[in-house]
Amino acid sequence: MYPFELVHPTTVADASAAITKSGGQALAGGQSLIGAMKLRLAQPGTLVDLSGIEELRGITQDGAGITIGALATHAQVGDSDVVKRALPALAALAGGIGDRQVRNMGTLGGAIAHNDPAACYPAAVLALNATIRTNTRTIAGDSFFTGMYETALAEGEIITSVTFPIPKKAGYVKFPNPASRFALVGVFVAQLSDGVRVAVTGAASCVFRSRALEDALSQSFTAEAARATVIGAAGLNGDLHASPQYRAHLIPVIAARAVAASG
Amino acid sequence: MGASLIGQSVRRKEDVRFLTGAGQYTNDIVGTRATHAFFLRSPHAHATIRAVDLSRARSTPGVVAIFTGADLTGVNGLPCGWLITGTDGKPMAEPPHPVLAQGKVRYVGDCVALVIAETLNQAKDASELIDVDYDVLPAVVNCVDTLKPGAPQIHDAAPGNKCFVWAIGDDAAVDAGFARAAHVTKLDIVNNRLIPNAIEPRAAMASFNRSDESYTLYVANQNPHVERLLMTAFVLGLPEHKVRVIAPDVGGGFGSKIFLYPEETAMVWASKQVNRTITWVAERSESFLSDAHGRDHVTHAELALDADGKFLAMRVQTTANVGAYLSTFGSCVPTILYATLLAGQYTTPAIHCEVTASFTNTAPVDAYRGAGRPEATFVVERLVHQAAVEMGIPQDEIRRRNFIRTFPYQTPVALMYDIGGYEPSLDDAMQVADVAGFPARKADAAKRGKLRGLGYSTYIEACGLAPSNVAGALGARAGLFEAGEVRVHPTGSVTVFTGSHSHGQGHETTFAQLVADRLGMSVENVDIVHGDTGRVPFGMGTYGSRSLSVGGTAIVKALDKIVAKGKKIAAHLLEAADTDIEFKDGKFTVAGTDRSKAFGEIALAAYVPHNYPLDKLEPGLDETAFYDPTNFTYPAGAHICEVEIDPDTGVVTIAAFTACDDFGTIINPMIVEGQVHGGLAQGIGQALLEECVYDTESGQLLTGSYMDYAMPRADDLPMFKVSNTVTPCTHNPIGAKGCGEAGAIGAPAAVMNAVMDALAPVGVRHLDMPASPHRVWQAIHAARS
Amino acid sequence: MSVAQSLIVNGKLVTADLDPRTLLVEFLRDHLGLTGTHVGCDTSQCGACTVHLNGVAVKSCTVLVAQARGATVLTIEGLAALDGTMHPMQAAFKECHGLQCGFCTPGMVMSALDLVQRHPGASESTIRAELDGNLCRCTGYQNIVIAVQQGAAAMSQ
Repeated sequence: MYPFELVHPTTVADASAAITKSGGQALAGGQSLIGAMKLRLAQPGTLVDLSGIEELRGITQDGAGITIGALATHAQVGDSDVVKRALPALAALAGGIGDRQVRNMGTLGGAIAHNDPAACYPAAVLALNATIRTNTRTIAGDSFFTGMYETALAEGEIITSVTFPIPKKAGYVKFPNPASRFALVGVFVAQLSDGVRVAVTGAASCVFRSRALEDALSQSFTAEAARATVIGAAGLNGDLHASPQYRAHLIPVIAARAVAASG
Repeated sequence: MGASLIGQSVRRKEDVRFLTGAGQYTNDIVGTRATHAFFLRSPHAHATIRAVDLSRARSTPGVVAIFTGADLTGVNGLPCGWLITGTDGKPMAEPPHPVLAQGKVRYVGDCVALVIAETLNQAKDASELIDVDYDVLPAVVNCVDTLKPGAPQIHDAAPGNKCFVWAIGDDAAVDAGFARAAHVTKLDIVNNRLIPNAIEPRAAMASFNRSDESYTLYVANQNPHVERLLMTAFVLGLPEHKVRVIAPDVGGGFGSKIFLYPEETAMVWASKQVNRTITWVAERSESFLSDAHGRDHVTHAELALDADGKFLAMRVQTTANVGAYLSTFGSCVPTILYATLLAGQYTTPAIHCEVTASFTNTAPVDAYRGAGRPEATFVVERLVHQAAVEMGIPQDEIRRRNFIRTFPYQTPVALMYDIGGYEPSLDDAMQVADVAGFPARKADAAKRGKLRGLGYSTYIEACGLAPSNVAGALGARAGLFEAGEVRVHPTGSVTVFTGSHSHGQGHETTFAQLVADRLGMSVENVDIVHGDTGRVPFGMGTYGSRSLSVGGTAIVKALDKIVAKGKKIAAHLLEAADTDIEFKDGKFTVAGTDRSKAFGEIALAAYVPHNYPLDKLEPGLDETAFYDPTNFTYPAGAHICEVEIDPDTGVVTIAAFTACDDFGTIINPMIVEGQVHGGLAQGIGQALLEECVYDTESGQLLTGSYMDYAMPRADDLPMFKVSNTVTPCTHNPIGAKGCGEAGAIGAPAAVMNAVMDALAPVGVRHLDMPASPHRVWQAIHAARS
Repeated sequence: MSVAQSLIVNGKLVTADLDPRTLLVEFLRDHLGLTGTHVGCDTSQCGACTVHLNGVAVKSCTVLVAQARGATVLTIEGLAALDGTMHPMQAAFKECHGLQCGFCTPGMVMSALDLVQRHPGASESTIRAELDGNLCRCTGYQNIVIAVQQGAAAMSQ
């Protein structure tokens, strides 16, 4: 690791000010950032440790849906009775990120701010059009993920919580990369009061909505309808573990399983 | 004493330290005023080094010294331990393998500079300021492509990138066999390149003692005496007796820690230059780049059969990748340890194999669990499977028709099998695997939309390396015996010094059982010392499943001397003739009487020789033996794998795996079973998950971390069903054959044959490993469209 | 620049002035001499470095000591009783031959304890799934799974 300065603010305002002033980087669970720093791939001059900020914690439910503090760990979300009852697909998603040790440190806010193209959470945020609350504004899930490792967050802007609306039905299935166990293809399907939304992660440079699957599932929210959908390979990732054609094939297959899992 | 300790699952003596965090692996040992080493490695697969500028790096804080190849005057290259003579009668091309690059780098990860600093961060900081001016050259990574005209030339001393062309077997007899064949089966096979991935990365700590000009090297290694011999005699020119090599607790090896590597060699040399202790532990990404890799063969194989499915002849042409440099045993793995196993368990009367070894811009390739024998088994068992399919003969039946049934058996590829019993293993495995119930399971899977398949692998291996004279005639540059010393203490407890090395195999328990059983004492009274040239008389180390059959036999030979001497002492004390003394259950008894002396009394008498035959016997009770085996051992068995494939995703699931192995006499069934489990996991890993991939253009390692190299995890594997048949080895006193590699040798073919069986209805004939979801889906997709 | 950190490791309060870069595993190994916690990779996957932080399993190679300030840390060295009697999970690993080279073992045991806390009667498939953050190259996992089941049973008595 390269040297850095570490600060421990206790309020979001102080944290934001510290990041803006230093040009530094927020540290949540650190499960991606510390790894990158160890390999000398990231070199923040200042790390702003968010862990002492109590207002970033907690999981609550109200009429708008489930609101999860940015520092909620994947394990906390996966184990949460509130989430398991109201939005079991999200609990299952969180419970399948990385491994248990990673889930005990990694956070919701950190995961979506990082926006790894193979991460699971972005699929839920986008499929449910969740509302991302920051220290300065709210951002719709639809406009949050802007590209590979890129989001709508401005410098010094800190995610405080995310509110997930409660769908009629939702399901998420990850087809794991055999090595990393990140999503080779992950599909989140949601039947909401205003229609069906489907988000796909792992398959392209950034999470995206599949209109073809949404159209098919709007007609018939069934595994068969998902399975019969044809997805083109254009724009999909090709790498050691999957060609674009294989990913294109997997998307409806995994979508069908997600529909089946949605109960 | 009670029942024999042989065959008892004694719980391991070594476990408490590992379970409580008290194990002492190399990087756990604290050196006084230790410095930290960091190796600057080549980022290019192939480049000449125009210049290296160290000026900025040398002036960074904490730097103790920086060395490049130019500093290593008087230091030779790393040696290869086995000379292969080609079909042209010439020795293999053996280009220099510099410790630090000399004007050229030949693979990504090749060591360019050794940076020594007070902290690791400082060493890394300094390394980033080393300015290396590279002239990047085209690279080649594929073992076949590198032999083509116009390929980049890697070494001046290896024209055409050819290391050797070597052959074994009677070509004319093979031609005759094919001429009268009723059927010929042909396959093109790639044996996928693997990265060993012992979970403890390679590590070393080197120090120099000015007072007596001696060196101490702690190193994660499987054979410290060999490490020392190669390093001192061939590379550094140091007096062997001035170097002590200690391989303390070692966290797995699987072959990758046999070899003499550049890192520890440079560190030993540098420890005198800086007069400081130097520590280094590989980061995993360095392990991926620089541990010797395994396998990497491209093979065309043909099997000739008569109308009844009897094998008439086999013809095999293999190209083997040796990497950028010849590693310690890089030349013998794809030849001696490979082609000699192509008879398998069968009476094939004529076999010919030609092996072309080539240099590429990749990490050196050397022994990895099984080392040549998994590659041979894969060729034989895939051919047999395919021949049975093509001729409509059941998989077990074609094997039964060709099994060797009388022993000793001379194969057409040099080996003489002393003993075996192949059909009982197959019968047992088929029963445990419930082969009879397979059609019903397959039908049930089909109802669920899944493809189910059953695959066999009846494998053989040659272990117990090795008769030194035979090995020497075949090109070995070292002996392959083993040494053992049994030191009986005055109070009767025992310390055994063995040249074998345990890095997970449980020698501290198995060897203690062997000794305690022979001496009639409890295992608690026997300690096993290994892995230290300063304490153990000599040793060739642990690889090739040789520890018990060779290392254990050396101990038995030393025990025989102990008992023989004990009898003389007892005869004196009991006033009887030497020849009348029997030793049993820890007691020396005058035959036919109840007059006896306990082992402890004899030990005490040997060290307090007041009433002792000093005129004809030395005091003390400490004996050493060297044992050189008269033949290899031949573990064999039958593996049956059942897979289920999801055609929608290409995911292959191991539904069941059965292994019935014949390892000869078993000392500790629990430990043997554990060895089989681990071998199977690695074999299944090769078949379904693992593959080392380099970019064919840039030569960059694409599978350089666990993000891209798929390791078997707990949920990738089933509960294995493991059993044994026993035909004791005929030429060592223990009857043991070895068990460490069997799983990795038998499993890949069993898995792939099962995959091919499952995919047969779809029309897929052959698939290369690993049968990853992507590859299986592509094959199904291509066959259907 | 160094910063004072204090935390409780295996029941003892420890305080040290540390470079902010110091990872929890480096602190345990290099400063406290608790070398039972191992490092087997650099991408947070092998799990050899697993310890408990405030009662749950984490990979100490990917946690800064600063993230653990004021926290309670339990390592493999803290499991056995004061008289040296091994924890039932450690004993089960020995009894079931759930280890070979021993390098992954401390992390494996710490993960096993975490999963048994949450799944006291875990099935084979649950244990296999829950151990996906721990690599073992020696055992093929079979005896580890059996050991975890046996250890869990012993702990519930």
